[in-house]
Amino acid sequence: MSVKSENWLDLCEVSEIPSQGSRIVKTPTGCLALFKTAEGEVFALNDKCPHKQGPLSQGIVHDKFVTCPLHAWVFSLETGEAQGADEGRVATFPTRIVNGRVEISLTALIEGKAA
Amino acid sequence: MVKQKLVVIGNGMAPGKALETLIELAPEAYDITIFNAEPRVNYNRIMLSPVLSGESTFEDIIIHGDGWYIENGITLYKGHKVTDIDRDAKTVTSEAGVTVGYDKLLIATGSTPFIIPIPGHKLAGVLAYRDLDDVDAMLIAARSGGKAVVIGGGLLGLEAAAGLQMQGMDVTVLHLMPTLMERQLDESAGYLLEKTLTERGLKILTKANTKEILGEKKVTGVRLEDGTELEADIVIMAVGIRPSKNLAEQCGIKTGRGILVNDKMQTNDPDIYAVGECIEFEENCYGLVAPLYDQAKIVGKTLAAKDTDGFVHPETATKLKVTGVNLYSAGDFSGGEDREDIVLRDATQGIYKRLVLKDNTIIGVVLYGDTEDGPWFFQHIKDKTDISEMRETLIFGPAYQGGAPVDPLQAVAALPDDTEICGCNGVSKCDIINAIDEKSLSNLDDVRAHTKASASCGTCTGLVEKLLALTLGDDFKPDAIKPVCGCTDKGHDEVRRRIVAQELKSIPAVFQELEWSTSGGCAKCRPAINYYLICAWPDEYEDDGFSRFINERIHANIQKDGTYSVVPRVWGGMTSSKELRAIADVVDKFDIPAVKYTGGQRIDMLGVKKEDLPGVWADLNSAGMVSGHAYAKGLRTVKTCVGTDWCRFGTQDSTGLGIKLEKFLWGAWAPHKLKLAVSGCPRNCAEATCKDIGIVCVDSGYEIHAFGAAGLHIKGTDVLGIVPTEEAVIEHVGALVQMYREQGHYLDRMYKWKDKVGFDYIVETIMGDAKARKVYYDRFVYSQKFFQIDPWAERVAGKEAHHFNPIEIVQPKAGILEPAE
Ligand code: SRM
Ligand SMILES: Cc1cc2nc3c(=O)[nH]c(=O)nc-3n(C[C@H](O)[C@H](O)[C@H](O)COP(=O)(O)OP(=O)(O)OC[C@H]3O[C@@H](n4cnc5c(N)ncnc54)[C@H](O)[C@@H]3O)c2cc1C
Ligand code: SF4
Ligand code: FES
Repeated sequence: MSVKSENWLDLCEVSEIPSQGSRIVKTPTGCLALFKTAEGEVFALNDKCPHKQGPLSQGIVHDKFVTCPLHAWVFSLETGEAQGADEGRVATFPTRIVNGRVEISLTALIEGKAA
Repeated sequence: MVKQKLVVIGNGMAPGKALETLIELAPEAYDITIFNAEPRVNYNRIMLSPVLSGESTFEDIIIHGDGWYIENGITLYKGHKVTDIDRDAKTVTSEAGVTVGYDKLLIATGSTPFIIPIPGHKLAGVLAYRDLDDVDAMLIAARSGGKAVVIGGGLLGLEAAAGLQMQGMDVTVLHLMPTLMERQLDESAGYLLEKTLTERGLKILTKANTKEILGEKKVTGVRLEDGTELEADIVIMAVGIRPSKNLAEQCGIKTGRGILVNDKMQTNDPDIYAVGECIEFEENCYGLVAPLYDQAKIVGKTLAAKDTDGFVHPETATKLKVTGVNLYSAGDFSGGEDREDIVLRDATQGIYKRLVLKDNTIIGVVLYGDTEDGPWFFQHIKDKTDISEMRETLIFGPAYQGGAPVDPLQAVAALPDDTEICGCNGVSKCDIINAIDEKSLSNLDDVRAHTKASASCGTCTGLVEKLLALTLGDDFKPDAIKPVCGCTDKGHDEVRRRIVAQELKSIPAVFQELEWSTSGGCAKCRPAINYYLICAWPDEYEDDGFSRFINERIHANIQKDGTYSVVPRVWGGMTSSKELRAIADVVDKFDIPAVKYTGGQRIDMLGVKKEDLPGVWADLNSAGMVSGHAYAKGLRTVKTCVGTDWCRFGTQDSTGLGIKLEKFLWGAWAPHKLKLAVSGCPRNCAEATCKDIGIVCVDSGYEIHAFGAAGLHIKGTDVLGIVPTEEAVIEHVGALVQMYREQGHYLDRMYKWKDKVGFDYIVETIMGDAKARKVYYDRFVYSQKFFQIDPWAERVAGKEAHHFNPIEIVQPKAGILEPAE
C-alpha cells in the first residue's frame, strides 16, 4: 500500500474553476494560478511569468498549455517549461481531485514557496 | 482438512468473479456464505442499459443462477444487508438478524450513487441508476410516456437517457460541463456525441447547473441556476458514484475514499479482504469492470493459497452502450508537451480518431464513429509497443499495417472517371480533369470558378487538390494560402466561408468539420474562430470568453505589472462636469495611481487592481458611463472636432455626427480595432484622414474616407465618395463596417482587408450598389441588437464573478507559510 505522507490542502470545487480558464489562489507567500483544461484536469502554477512577471492566470489555456497575456510565451501546465524558442520555467505544484474538490500539495507549497 | 468459513458481503460482479476463481482452484477449501442487500443473484450490472432500453431482459443478464449456488454449496442470503462486523468475535450480522462467523471475510459492497443534496432530492420520482430496482422504477414511469430529466451527461446518464427515450419518454439531459462525457472524451468527440444524440431526439443542455428539484410530494420539474424550469415526471441523477465504505469504516478498517487495500486486496486486518468498487488502491478508485475482474482473480487465488502477482493499477477503456453510437476511449488523451497527437477526421462520415503518442508509444486513444480498431490500439497502449515503424499509417489501424504504405495520390488516380468528387454540386472526377485540361486551370480557385467543385461545403477540397496535382504534375503549386495557424492548413477565407455554408456554430464544430489537426486549437486560432462565429451567428453563438485575450475577456487592458486600465466611453470626446467629477471620485476612492488623457479624446485610469474593477465600473456606471472598449477588437473611439457648434470654419455638425456614429457603432466586434473621426472641415482637426473610417465635412455634405491608420504603418485614407445627409453617412458607414466584419481576416486592420479584396470592389458595393449596401446595413443593425449591452454593467451585476474573486489561503496551518517578503 502506498499512501504518501503528503499533506493536501482543500481549495475549491472543481466546478468553481471555469473550463479552459483559471482562478487565482492568494497565499501568504504569493499568488498561484489554478488552471482547468477542457478535459477537466487541474494544474497549479506560480502566477508569475519568468519573462517579465506577467500573470499567467490571465492567459489563454489551450490543451495543456497557457499563453502568457503579456508577450505570448507558451508554458506547459504539466512541467512549467517554456515552449519553443523561449527559455524559462515556472514552478508547478501537485494537485489532485478528491470527490470533486481540488486539493493542492501543502508539502510542495511549503517547499516551493510560490513567488 | 477442516473447511474454513468464508463470508462475502455483497454479491456483485467482483465477488462473483473472485468466487469463480477460488472454486476452480480450491473447490473444497471453504464453507461460503454470501449476504446481498439486493434480493437477487449475481447479474451483469453493465447490461442494465439494454434491459432498460428493452433490447434485453433480466434473465439474459444473470451471471450465476440459483443452481450455481446450490451446486457449489454456497449459502446466499438474498435481501440481507449486513449492518455489523464484529472483528473480535469474527462474525457478521445482517439487518434481518442473521449472524454468521468467519475465518476470512471478503467485503464487496460496491459503490453508491451520489445524490446531489439540492432541495427536492428526496421527492418521489427522483431515481439513481444502479440496480435492477432502479430500472424497474424507470420502466414503470416510462409506461405512461411523459418527461424525464437526467442529471449528468456521463456514461451512466447517457445510457439512462437513451434507454428512457427508447421507452417513449421525452428526455432532457442536463450536464454541468461544456461537453458530454468529458472524462472519457475530448472536446471534439464530445461534440460529435452531442450531435448524434441530438439528431436522435435527445435534448441536451450543457453548462446546466441544477439548482432545485420541484414538486410537492412527487417530482414535477427541475429548476436550473439560470432560472430555466423544465417539466419532469422522473429525474434520474447520474452524477457519479462513491465507494461504499461505511460498513468497513465502522468496524475500524482503514479507509480513505474507499477501503484501503494492498496489492493482494487485503485490508489492514489480515483476515479481511475487499474487492471491487468499494476499494481504494494507491489512491485510485474504480468504476469499470475490467480492473475489478483483475482484482477478483487475485483475491480468488490468494484465498485459494495460490501464488499470484500483485494488483497493478491498469489502463481502462470505455465504450458507450447506446445502440448506434460508436465511441471508444482509453488511456491518457490530454495533450502535453512531451506528447504528440495523430488526428484523423472525416467530416462527412462523422469520424474522429485521435492517438496520443509519447516516446514512440501510444498512451491514449479516442475514437468516434468508427471504433473497430479500438481494442487493437488499446493492446498497444497496454503493451507499450514501439510504433516508430508503423507511425505513418498507424491511425489507419491494423488493416494497413504490414501491407504497402498507401499513397493517397495513387488512391485518387485509381478512382473511376465517373466518381462523384463534389457531392454538393454533382461534379465528377472527369468533369474536373477535363476542365483543368481544356481551360488550363492551375489552382483551386480556378477549379471552383469553372466547375463549382469544392465551392460549397468545401469538404472535397483535398480531393480536388489531389486531382490538380495528378493532372498538372509539378506545375501545380497549391496556392500559398496562409493557414490560420499551425493547427490547420486552411486559410481564413475558407474557414469563414465554411462556418457560414455548413452552419457551424461552435468552436468544436469548426475544429471537427474543418479537420483541425489539434484537439483544442491554440491561442492563435481560438480567438479568430470565436470572432468568426460571433460575426456569423450574432443571435445564436454563445461567446467563449476563454478563447479571448485577457483584455477582451475581462473588459479592461492588462498593464505590464498585471494591473488594469479603465477607459470609459466619452461619446465623441464630449464630456461634462458630472462625468469628470465621477471619474475624480473613482480615482480617489480606489486609490488609482495614474489618470491620463488618451490620444483618443478620453480619459484612462491606469493601475487598477483586478479585484477593484467591478467597484470602479459600478461607480462609473452610476454616473451614466459605460465601457469604452479600449481593449476591443471592435469599435474604439470616434474623435470629433467642435464643428459648426463653435468653430468659425465649421461646415457641418461634426461633433453631433461623431456622437451619433459612436452610439450607432459601439459594441460591435470586428477583425481588429476600428477607429473613426469626424472633422468639421478639410482642415481636419480630428485627424479623420488617418482613421479606419473618417468623415470630412464639406459644404455640400460629407466626404467618406476609409482605410487609414496611424500606428505601425502610417496610411492616409482613400475617399469613397460624398453623401448629402447624416442619415446617408450612417447607412454607408454601417454597411462598410459590416462588409469588413464579414470578410476581414482576424487581426487585419481595415486597410489590410482592402488590400486583399481590392478598393474598387468595396467602392462599387458600398457606393454603387444600393441594394447590396442596404443588405449589409440591415445585417449590421440586426447584429448590434445583441452586442450593445454594456459589458461593465453585466459584470457589476455579477456575471463571471470568478474572475474577480481570488481563492485565499489564509495561513492554512499556523506559521507554515512565511508571509511574502
Ligand atoms: C491609451 C492610449 C495611449 C494614450 O495614452 O493616449 C493607447 C494605448 C495603447 N495602445 Fe494605442 N493607444 C491610444 C491611442 C492610439 C492611437 C491614436 C488614436 O487612436 O487616435 C493610435 C494610432 C492610430 C491607429 O490606431 O491607427 C494607436 C496605435 C496603436 C497600435 C498600432 C495599431 C496598428 O494597426 O498599427 C497598437 C498595437 C495594436 O493594436 O496591435 C496599440 C496598442 C495599444 C495598447 C492597447 C497596447 C496593449 O496592447 O497593451 C495600449 C494600451 C494601454 C492601456 O492600457 O490603456 N495602439 N493607439 C490611447 C488610447 C486611445 C483611446 O482613448 O482608446
Ligand atoms: C447502468 C450501469 C452501466 C454500467 N456500464 C458499464 C460498462 O459499460 N462497462 C464497465 O466496465 N462498467 C460498467 N458499469 C460499472 C460496473 O457495473 C461496476 O463497476 C461493477 O458492477 C461493480 O462491481 P462490484 O462487485 O464492485 O459492485 P456492485 O456490482 O455494485 O455490487 C455490490 C453489491 O453489494 C451489495 N451491498 C452493498 N452493501 C451491502 C451490505 N452492507 N450488505 C450486503 N450487501 C451489500 C449491493 O446491494 C450490491 O448488490 C456500469 C454500471 C451501471 C450501474
Ligand atoms: S505608443 Fe507604445 S508604449 Fe505608448 S501606449 Fe501605445 S503601445 Fe504603449
Ligand atoms: S511576461 Fe510572460 S511573456 Fe512576457
